[in-house]
Amino acid sequence: MKDPDIKRLLYAHLLCIFSVILSTFIPSIFLENFSILETHLTWLCVCSAFVTAVNLVLYLVVKPKTPSKRSSLSHKVARFLKCCIYFLISCFGFHVIFVLYGAPLIELVLETFLFAVILSTFTTVPCLCLLGPNIRAWLRVFSRNGVTSIWENSLQITTISSIVGAWLGAFPIPLDWERPWQVWPISCTLGATFGYVAGLAISPLWIYWNRKQLTYKNN
Amino acid sequence: MQKVFVLVFLAWVSFLFYAGIALFTSGFLLTRLELTNYSSCQEPPGPGPLPRGGRGEPGACWMASRFSRVVLVLIDALRFDFAQPQVSPMPGEPPASLPFLGKLGTLQRILEMQPHHAWLYRAQVDPPTTTMQRLKALTTGSLPTFIDAGSNFASHSIVEDNLIRQLTSAGRRVVFMGDDTWKDLFPGAFSRAFFFPSFNVRDLHTVDNGILDHLYPTMESGDWDVLIAHFLGVDHCGHKHGPHHPEMAKKLSQMDQVIQGLVDRLKNDTLLVVAGDHGMTMNGDHGGDSELEVSAALFLYSPVALFPNPLPEEPEVIPQISLVPTLALLLGLPIPFGNIGEVMTEPFAGYKDSQPHSSPLTQASALHLNAQQVSRFLHTYSAATQDLQVKELQQLQSLFSKASADYHQLLQSPRQAEAEAALQAVIAELQQFLRGARAMCIESWAQFSLARMAGGAALLAAACCLCLWASQWTTSPGFPFCRLPLMPVAWCLAGAVLCAGLLATTGLKLEPVVLVAVAAVGSLLPFLWEAWAGWGARRPQAALLPTPGPVLLLLLIRWAAFFSDSFVIAEARATPFLLGSLILLLVAQLHWEGRLLPPKLLGVPRLGPSTPTSPSQHSNMHALGLGVGLLFCTRLAGLFHRCPEETPVCRSSPWLSPLASMVGGQAKNLWYGACVGALVTLLAAVRFWLRRYGNLKSPEPPVLFVRWGLPLMVLGTVAYWALASGVDEAPPRLRALVAGASTLLPRAVAGLAASGLMLLLWRPVTVLGKAGPSAPRTRTVLTPFSGPPTSQADLDYVVPQIYRHMQDVFRGQVERTSAQGPLTVAAYQLGSVYSAAMVTALTLLAFPLLLLHAERISLVFLLLFLQSFLLLHLLAAGIPVTTPGPFTVPWQAISAWVLMATQTFYSTGHQPVFPAIHWQAAFVGFPEGHGSSTWLPALLVGANTFASHLLFAVGCPLLLLWPFLCESQGSQKRRQTPGNEAEARVRLKEEEEEALMEMRLRDSPHHFSAALLQLGLKYLFVLGVQILACALAAFILRRHLMVWKVFAPKFIFEAVGFIVSSVGLLLGIALVMRVDGAVSSWFKQFWPSRGN
Repeated sequence: MKDPDIKRLLYAHLLCIFSVILSTFIPSIFLENFSILETHLTWLCVCSAFVTAVNLVLYLVVKPKTPSKRSSLSHKVARFLKCCIYFLISCFGFHVIFVLYGAPLIELVLETFLFAVILSTFTTVPCLCLLGPNIRAWLRVFSRNGVTSIWENSLQITTISSIVGAWLGAFPIPLDWERPWQVWPISCTLGATFGYVAGLAISPLWIYWNRKQLTYKNN
Repeated sequence: MQKVFVLVFLAWVSFLFYAGIALFTSGFLLTRLELTNYSSCQEPPGPGPLPRGGRGEPGACWMASRFSRVVLVLIDALRFDFAQPQVSPMPGEPPASLPFLGKLGTLQRILEMQPHHAWLYRAQVDPPTTTMQRLKALTTGSLPTFIDAGSNFASHSIVEDNLIRQLTSAGRRVVFMGDDTWKDLFPGAFSRAFFFPSFNVRDLHTVDNGILDHLYPTMESGDWDVLIAHFLGVDHCGHKHGPHHPEMAKKLSQMDQVIQGLVDRLKNDTLLVVAGDHGMTMNGDHGGDSELEVSAALFLYSPVALFPNPLPEEPEVIPQISLVPTLALLLGLPIPFGNIGEVMTEPFAGYKDSQPHSSPLTQASALHLNAQQVSRFLHTYSAATQDLQVKELQQLQSLFSKASADYHQLLQSPRQAEAEAALQAVIAELQQFLRGARAMCIESWAQFSLARMAGGAALLAAACCLCLWASQWTTSPGFPFCRLPLMPVAWCLAGAVLCAGLLATTGLKLEPVVLVAVAAVGSLLPFLWEAWAGWGARRPQAALLPTPGPVLLLLLIRWAAFFSDSFVIAEARATPFLLGSLILLLVAQLHWEGRLLPPKLLGVPRLGPSTPTSPSQHSNMHALGLGVGLLFCTRLAGLFHRCPEETPVCRSSPWLSPLASMVGGQAKNLWYGACVGALVTLLAAVRFWLRRYGNLKSPEPPVLFVRWGLPLMVLGTVAYWALASGVDEAPPRLRALVAGASTLLPRAVAGLAASGLMLLLWRPVTVLGKAGPSAPRTRTVLTPFSGPPTSQADLDYVVPQIYRHMQDVFRGQVERTSAQGPLTVAAYQLGSVYSAAMVTALTLLAFPLLLLHAERISLVFLLLFLQSFLLLHLLAAGIPVTTPGPFTVPWQAISAWVLMATQTFYSTGHQPVFPAIHWQAAFVGFPEGHGSSTWLPALLVGANTFASHLLFAVGCPLLLLWPFLCESQGSQKRRQTPGNEAEARVRLKEEEEEALMEMRLRDSPHHFSAALLQLGLKYLFVLGVQILACALAAFILRRHLMVWKVFAPKFIFEAVGFIVSSVGLLLGIALVMRVDGAVSSWFKQFWPSRGN
């Protein structure tokens, strides 16, 4: 385990955090009356776009290994399309799960779907960037002793923390505080965002802390 | 024998919980009997002449009326200091700047300008200081407690004698405007009423502005005798902003204008009363008994001079309920029967009366009437119940007789010289009596007993600890089964005898609750001692708390949720959420450990120390489907929800109402078809399951019952539903027939279910034993064995052989008969003998319970069975069956089971509040009512309410049995993939071993008992911590605004649910043991020498 690797990971994560922060400030320059709570759906789209963009940039710039032997254009396009389909599937999958967990079925469909989009952005997009549209690799990463690099390890941590954040975000909804952020799905999206940011911040530190114990076979 | 001790131990642990619940309840829920006697004009409260003007004049009952009309302005949460006149500050000092001080300038002005017209009191309010309780007190003159026994839980209407009732029966026109709580309390009592919704605490103006729209026009129209206006703005402002907010100043100024407007319009025959029903704390809340909450303002104003003396500097403190007898006598009405308030003397003093002694005489006669009425009430009440202390009652009675005698003596011989002093003495005596009576009532009705509450909570906590500790201990080899339950019973008796003796010698009253609690503590002591001693000696190997971590976290979240009123209200949504989280967690955990998907799906070979040696290394792909199916079922069941009344935006599901209430034939028929479909599916599923595992062809009675009795029950239920849903459409000729059938059918179904259960208890083992040794079989693997088995080894060898042989026999029969036609005979296999009995029992239980619900709830019952089936399979996928070692049921299984019970409670249309109870369940099978018996309707309603608790508790042992049942599938699957020869041999061995299924449990009876005990203890622990959390929430938050609306009902429901669950658990475990015993005797048929 080399420290420069961890350093690169840290910088990449800082960039991601920065993009989340930017997404709260930049739109207010262009849009009037922009605020996270009142124009929440706009913010969700902006945040999702920012995070996706940063992830793509990171993928192009600091990809640890150049993966494909076949690098024809058609293959690349097919791969890209596959990624898009995966992303859409994950959005719909999350939407179904939210409804199963008690989200309203008919009302607020757009809100629920955008929540699914943002959670997919925090979880599926990094997976697609790092592992590609490869279900087996995903399954491997999210099982015990499945990770093979610090990148995968940090992916595991940020994904789980995003989901846990979204889960925790559901708890304030029944409380009678009557705050604007208790409305579905604002607390959950905020929870997911905080979870994502926390995961980004914690994972380099955690990996650095445990660098002695972590041994990756394929690294 | 061991098994009986398991039951005794579990019963003892349940007893500990019951004792804790009883002790806590006796300190927390004070009860009072509601008497339905009424005072009447014709009947004076006691012997003796009525005072001057009584009954003689028109409109006068016990006393001549002083006012013919009253305007009662009730300002919710008008604390005393809101109305207190402000002493004008010394020049140089800044005036008081608090927003709530001195805003009611009208009162101050009146008190200064017309001192003989008005009087201000500091009214002392009795807790609980919630509006509904206060309104009850302000009209009945009594002390409402949380449970006014005898009251009708379904509605809040007041059944006791009250002012409004007296007014209406005297023909007075009562006009009401304001808070719609009055609508529930006095349905149909007002000649005109303008109700406004009171629930939205954030809304300061709707109610007040609504009243103001109607107040002055009504007043000027003149067609009223009593006008009541209940303003809510001040209270809502307190809840929203607190008293220190400028908004409060605005609200109070508005109220001031209202009072001014009223005073300007008052006529001379009218009395104006301005009262607060309770106060508020520094934060603007109320409900408890702090000084600020219990001091309310009470202001009387008469346009003609009424009071002889001006208001003293510091206003007098009186109990608030004094208003009730005072108003009654001032208006010339009888005092309400249950009143314990004391008449205020000032309004009766009379301003500059003509006769010198008439004013004290009027006061004395008012007080005497009041005392007679209170004495009559105490007499009636103590005859009806034993709440009141006998000794004090006697003292009061003698005090009353003395005062009464003095009063009569005074009336008969009015000697002018001593009259004044003697009258004052009589007044003092009467007042002493009235105060004593009130103090006695408060003592027995209206005070929390903190010691008992704390004691009860501590007992519950200790019982929880005991459960946890003992459940860990059961797995250790040296667990003393026999010694264990006898010890506590002995200590229990010792404690009880000691306590009884102690109380008897000290002469205190022997209360059963205390006695039981002391007995429980006594029996707990040796255990705590042993635990304490053992703690140091051997560190517990297993972690004490529920593991793994996420499950503990979920349980903690659930327990913490009991402390928030919002979460208690939202529990119907929170429980499925937690259940879903637990299910996903289980699936994710399976995947994390690499047991969900076949390894080939995982791209690279497994790294690190791959989970070793687990025999069920096969893929559990189906677990994923199970998880998704479970989530889906949970969500579907969530569609059947009933909204708590606290959330106005929520819409209850329309599917909870009975079909009879539906209009539109087409939809009704469709729904009816769906319900019938649900029933038939349930029946078919159960029979399919039994056929699959039981392979069934036994002539035993329970099997025959399943084959014929269950369809009969379904038929009866369906017919009953058809009658019940179309009862209005029946032609008149058939009315009698329909009525008879709708009485008979439910009883028949219940009777069938009961007889089925009896049969099951009588012959629980339904294995076809006779086909055993003599059946011809070509491929038999039975090794020759002759003579009685002598050693344990022989038995260990022979029992599986017999079992396998029987399997072959049945298989052969099936092959033969299936060639000829459909199967006609049936037998259960030994491998599923326990769970087959359990499933049959659960189905038999479910049908009568289902009948008690509305028709469409049958879909929920179907979902319930489906859900628990899926959950059991999912859990079984996570638990590898270990070889004979100790069997344990993991915490996640028990947590999921308990969560599912709670979820089903809500999805069957229940809510833990009294108005939401399904009272109509009492009339299923008894359309005419029950006459005077109360236990049967209570039983029916209880069975309806706690059906899910009962079913899940009885089904609890399935958690232990199911993993063994699922073994057979694993082995079947493996058979399809033959490997090389060596592997095949190993697999054959495995298969032989695995096919034992539930006989594995029988093979190690000690572990079986331990596992059952542990299961019961864990289940009791999870439930027990819930009830402990509820009790603590009620204890800590006893001054919370919502305590009587949310926490106390939740505690009661949880407590009753716990009792039902523990009984159900004991029944379930007892059933398993009965089956076990029967299996033993079945084995004895083959080896008479083999004992158990």
